[in-house]
Amino acid sequence: MEFSITDPFLWETVIQGLLFGGVLALLSLGLNIIFGVIDVVWICYAELIMIGMYAIYFLYADYGVPLPLAFIAGILTVALLGAALHHFIIRPILHTEPINQLLVTGGVLFFLQGFATLVFSVEFRNLGVSFGSFAAGDMFFPISRMLAFAVSLVAVVVLWLFLKRTFLGTAIRAISQDREIMPLMGVSPQKIYLVTSALGGGLAGLGACLLVLLYDIHPAIGLTFGPITFMVCVLGGLGNMIGGFIAAFIFAEFIALGGFYAEVEWGYVMAFVFFIVMMFIRPQGIMGSKS
Amino acid sequence: MLELRDVATGYGSFQALFGVSLEVKAGEAVAVIGPNGAGKTSLLRVISKVIELKGGHISMEGVSLDDVPAHQVIELGIAHVPEHRRLFPRLTVEENLKMGAYMQAARERYRERLDFVYELFPRLKERRHQLAGTMSGGEQQMCALGRGLMSGPKLLLLDEPSAGLAPVIVQQVFDLVRRIRQEGYTVLIVEQNIQQVLKVVDRAYLLEVGRIKMSGAAQELLENDEVRRAYIGL
Ligand SMILES: Nc1ncnc2c1ncn2[C@@H]1O[C@H](COP(=O)(O)OP(=O)(O)OP(=O)(O)O)[C@@H](O)[C@H]1O
Ligand SMILES: [Mg+2]
Repeated sequence: MEFSITDPFLWETVIQGLLFGGVLALLSLGLNIIFGVIDVVWICYAELIMIGMYAIYFLYADYGVPLPLAFIAGILTVALLGAALHHFIIRPILHTEPINQLLVTGGVLFFLQGFATLVFSVEFRNLGVSFGSFAAGDMFFPISRMLAFAVSLVAVVVLWLFLKRTFLGTAIRAISQDREIMPLMGVSPQKIYLVTSALGGGLAGLGACLLVLLYDIHPAIGLTFGPITFMVCVLGGLGNMIGGFIAAFIFAEFIALGGFYAEVEWGYVMAFVFFIVMMFIRPQGIMGSKS
Repeated sequence: MLELRDVATGYGSFQALFGVSLEVKAGEAVAVIGPNGAGKTSLLRVISKVIELKGGHISMEGVSLDDVPAHQVIELGIAHVPEHRRLFPRLTVEENLKMGAYMQAARERYRERLDFVYELFPRLKERRHQLAGTMSGGEQQMCALGRGLMSGPKLLLLDEPSAGLAPVIVQQVFDLVRRIRQEGYTVLIVEQNIQQVLKVVDRAYLLEVGRIKMSGAAQELLENDEVRRAYIGL
């Protein structure tokens, strides 16, 4: 294939990558905030997204709930799931060996996947909502992807303002720096952890709203997005939201351009190779601090 | 204002305080002095309920603290400025102050409290966007005191505000404590810098291995032979 900087298909690909990067950035946000604040990795994060997608699908397709309401319900469902995950599963083992937290959230991953297979069956489902596409010269962009990108960016900005401006947001940033003295500030650490878990869940729920517009729903969809979300977070520096944001776009462009020059699978392979090489060069991630 | 009766506390099976009783009246400044490991920090921690009250009673303005959880103690008007300052190093000075005003009643008066603290410590205003962890020790102590004042407390618990600072800065820190007193705050201060602290407070208690050994007017303790020999080195 000829390389040409003026090739509209190349530009279409780059922009598609950018759009996908926005969604990846949003997906990484929830996982990052949980790790940054509570110091726990939710291995089952993408499975929470999967449950959210099913919730939205059934509300909309089977019960005729208007889409915006189904989205809100989906976000709330996953937020609640996040809070429950923390309260019932993480909290009792929070101060034990970190491996326990990996094992237990890994267990939840298999539980949710098995649960979805049993209850929802392995059938692929599609919401069947289409927004058409947007043409710019010879380039075409699905409006659903542009929407997902815009929503992701807005979510990132809103979250940033929340963490920066509000009392609760400041406490969420403070608690990871000194948990012990939080009660002296009148803050209950348990409450902050619960709120943060609900927030991480809510972000996963928002991710579900976007993915449900773009992909088929099936019980194993978590496997498509889980590993890449995790790698985005690690590449950016686990717990570092700005790093995750940058890493999301790097990954997305690898995948998009790989798909342009060869096949999408090659894009993934190149992204993973890049990831592994980076782990040798900068094991703490792009923005992570050494420790 | 603050009353402790037969207070006992500890860590696991280790007992740090044995039946400590003391009182701080409104408007007073009281010091607790004593050697390393005497239990001074534990005393302030048990008042803030961050460690368990294992015996005795604590009350603030007649309200029992015995069953109050740690994060609600501040609502009774007690602000604790902890040992080693414990600022949030990667938050700015102003964000640290903001955390001091986290409780609902203080949030509603956040602007007013912030103006008050900035007026009291203008240096903090100059540095308000600086990360707290990058400030000098003296500035950090100033920020820790400011953070304590943000909730609009009636009583300030200060744990060794002069520790780890250069002698010139120590002098400045005690000046800050004097300023806080002049603003009408009641203060319970723990110190190892006995000579200095006894010049700032009205009364003092001497704590040794978890028990009150002596108490009296600051001047009395300053002139006491035993205190002078053991702690002031004269
Ligand atoms: N977290 C802890 N776990 C176990 N023992 C502790 C803990 N904190 C303090 N202690 C013990 O309790 C006793 C009193 O300690 P505390 O910190 O109250 O003393 P202090 O008078 O503040 O000393 P310093 O002047 O050195 O700050 C000491 O023997 C100390 O070893
Ligand atoms: Mg101490």
